[in-house]
Amino acid sequence: MVNLAVKVGKLEIPNPTILASGILGISAKLLLRILNSGAGAVVTKSFGLSSKKGYDNPTIYEMPYGLLNAMGLPNPGVEFFSEELKKIRGRNIIASIFGSEVEEYSSIVKKVEDFVAGFELNFSCPHAKGYGIEIGRDMELVEDILREVRKATQKPIWAKFSLEIPNFVELGKIAERYADAVVMTNTLKGMAIDIYAKRPVLTAKIGGYSGPSIKPLALRGVYELYEDVKVDIVGCGGILSGYDAVEFFMAGAKAVEIGSGIYYRGIGIFKEICQEIKEFMEREGYESIEDMVGVAHV
Amino acid sequence: MYEAVKIKKCEVVAKNIKEIVFERCDDARAGQFYMLWLPGVDEFPMSISRIRKNERGIMVKVIGEGTKKLYEKNLGEKIWVRGPYGRYYRKQENALIVAGGIGIASLLPLTETINDYLIIIGAKSKDELIRIDAKNVVYCTDDGSFGVKGTAVDIARKYMEERDFSVVYGCGPEPMLYALFKLCEDFGIKCQLSLERYMKCGIGLCGSCEIDGYLVCKDGPVFSSEELRKMESFGKFKRDESGKLIPL
Repeated sequence: MVNLAVKVGKLEIPNPTILASGILGISAKLLLRILNSGAGAVVTKSFGLSSKKGYDNPTIYEMPYGLLNAMGLPNPGVEFFSEELKKIRGRNIIASIFGSEVEEYSSIVKKVEDFVAGFELNFSCPHAKGYGIEIGRDMELVEDILREVRKATQKPIWAKFSLEIPNFVELGKIAERYADAVVMTNTLKGMAIDIYAKRPVLTAKIGGYSGPSIKPLALRGVYELYEDVKVDIVGCGGILSGYDAVEFFMAGAKAVEIGSGIYYRGIGIFKEICQEIKEFMEREGYESIEDMVGVAHV
Repeated sequence: MYEAVKIKKCEVVAKNIKEIVFERCDDARAGQFYMLWLPGVDEFPMSISRIRKNERGIMVKVIGEGTKKLYEKNLGEKIWVRGPYGRYYRKQENALIVAGGIGIASLLPLTETINDYLIIIGAKSKDELIRIDAKNVVYCTDDGSFGVKGTAVDIARKYMEERDFSVVYGCGPEPMLYALFKLCEDFGIKCQLSLERYMKCGIGLCGSCEIDGYLVCKDGPVFSSEELRKMESFGKFKRDESGKLIPL
């Protein structure tokens, strides 16, 4: 019998498809809707200590092989968001959080700890000044934050890194000491210029590129992490099908996050990908996701 | 990807309201919207007010800096369009169409899609009332300065008492839509109402236009009675730019 359930760190999820942060996870009802449509877990939109309106439009751009976005981490702040999370406590909800200082992270963690299954620390958002990847570039700061968050909570901690950081494997090794999993990768920096408007399309000028065209890059990141890092990996980047997901498992990921995929296949993508994984496993004789993890390291 | 289209016609249709027409090939349907970009200014969702062969149009009402800039655009100037997006009105004959203010923009193409309808167009006063070239139109104003005196919903009630409509279509300010929804529930008539929320991506990803688990950009903007019944925020709350719920 094929079993899609998998353990990422100490978190058990019924299947390996997870809603990526930044996509849709703005309210309890929407998070619940995604869970009910088949996701094994959901990651909230990143939130910080105080509310943030994000960038003015245009914040997203549809391109032939991917999406470019710079939302600017819009979020209602932890006080408001904790009330939303309270409504769905006990479910597989991962809170994505960001901050610019160590204390910000740990104080947010304490405020919502009781309502979530775990935390994803955003060290990789490519388009918000002073946050995300700007933190992720500073290895000492990343370590300080991870250490403090580890002290603050027993709940699972996932560290989301960007492939864009050249020494992401080193970051992975730091995470290994404190976190339960690393997530590889966030969107990658890119831009688009409208030649008739003679200016960048995005208000933030530079944004994060995602979708099918970044899949080989993200896969390389997961593969390299798996070679050197002894912590569970969650793959993210251009996963649109069950076959894409299996590639990530074989590269070393135990689960996958899906974001842009929703643009291509709708909210039903989680259920569809699970079905595709299941059919593949049946055909090829795998019983569990773990049976496939890392097998491509030959 | 945007298409930079040239403005082919623009006409003042009421006080501070213009219809802007351009050419574009797409499969737009009544009730859908475009994301319209003015480089260096803003990008916003706009109901498609005209769908005639390759002719498309939108109606802009001056409400802030961005819409003022769009209103000031002239013939031959470019605007940037992506779309069409969202769920359109499901076609049904024997319809009552109720438009409040600029809400007529979304409903106008519907009058060219269905044959058997009565349309009520309401506004606060004569200068804000948008008059259209269609059959079976009833105009009304809150102050009685043009057409029947009363709100669009008051007039809708009157006609619903006289005739059994199969469906009610509506677009306008949310308090009006909420009253219209209640009216339809009282009469046991199904409705399709077009809602509006602050919107960033327009393609069902960012969640900023969420209303009780529904996305206005993707699941809507046109919602059915069944869906509206499940929306606790309908007529009461909206989200600000950060995602916080605030009174409408």
